[in-house]
Amino acid sequence: MDIISFTTLILLSSLIAGFLGSLTGLGGGVVIVPLLTLVFGVDIRYAIGASLISVIATSSGAASAYVKEGFSNMRIGMFLEVATTLGALLGAFIATKLSTSIIAVIFGLILIHSSYLTMKRISSPKPIVKPDPLATRLKFDGSYPVPGGWESYHVQGVPVGFCLMFLAGSISGLLGIGSGAVKVLAMDQAMHLPFKVSTATSNFMIGVTAACGAGIYLNRGYIDPVLSAPVTVGVLLGSLFGARHLFMAKTRNLRIIFSAVILLLAIQMIYSGIKGRI
Amino acid sequence: MAGQKQGWSDHQVEIFAGNLLRCGVITAASLVIIGVLIYLFHNGLALPDYKSFKGEPQELRHVGGILKYAFSFHGRGLIQLGLLVLIATPIARVALSIFAFLRQRDKLYVIVTSIVLVVLCYSLFGASSH
Repeated sequence: MDIISFTTLILLSSLIAGFLGSLTGLGGGVVIVPLLTLVFGVDIRYAIGASLISVIATSSGAASAYVKEGFSNMRIGMFLEVATTLGALLGAFIATKLSTSIIAVIFGLILIHSSYLTMKRISSPKPIVKPDPLATRLKFDGSYPVPGGWESYHVQGVPVGFCLMFLAGSISGLLGIGSGAVKVLAMDQAMHLPFKVSTATSNFMIGVTAACGAGIYLNRGYIDPVLSAPVTVGVLLGSLFGARHLFMAKTRNLRIIFSAVILLLAIQMIYSGIKGRI
Repeated sequence: MAGQKQGWSDHQVEIFAGNLLRCGVITAASLVIIGVLIYLFHNGLALPDYKSFKGEPQELRHVGGILKYAFSFHGRGLIQLGLLVLIATPIARVALSIFAFLRQRDKLYVIVTSIVLVVLCYSLFGASSH
């Protein structure tokens, strides 16, 4: 297969990955790496580099839509970025030390977790009425638009949220995915942010975290331009297209199918990793 | 509400940042697409080789080298410049936030955001010497 066909095939697959990733809220990154390694036989280090770049593109591309709504909380985002960027540095550093087989197995385990989260409907916890002293000092409390006005919210669980974000950053840097699921989980469950605020804030953070990991990968020569180009353009266009159709799709069935696909990819990644084929 | 005292409100900054991100993505995507077309025109019939990891050549790893390579209109150099713009876009957004927090005289967040910017710059420039 010559490079023209190879690039075209990767572009088409990335379009589909970006589209499904955006409809299900998991992002395209989780399927890009298994797709490139298992289907196209790409070395996992090139795959992770390309995936990380596509994560930045998706996050920045979606940002203007979130911005219009006015949900994101810049202070929370920036404060937690300290944790995610440091985590991403650590993750990208560890990635250069681990063997590719071990990275494949870890990737598979994270995929199983993502698949489980996709199946499970996460219910947002009740909003907190009492302000938390640390959150107040950090000026985290805010308000967001709801039909007929603004609703204010209080934040809690700052230390737990910060630690979870460090973990999310490490996973992002190690595996080249956005790890938005962990980010939203930390902000929803630990810090009790309203769902719309945590989704919008997480989108902004994903781009910054991925940029941090991508800097390291670029310097280490993991980012191949000819491979990253179709992946990035495909995932970006697919996800923008997906965001437009978000309200039309029957998300429930789609989530089930998508998480089944992820589960299969996870098993294959772990198997190939153990067999030393990756 | 926090941040609406003077200077820019949080929401105004957000809108500006949203436009910044969109411009970054459009610029990056254009460079990448032009680069791919140039590359495929010259090398399209070659065989892809990603099975074993060799790492990119030095000129595609660092900001200086990428700029030099891109301005001689090499396909791979142009794509890599586009990817570099993509990486730089969220970094520019963080830098913009420092400016916004300065205008709001929010010392704590000027410091917090500066830490994030330093980590980002370290990853792009500082870690390259190893």
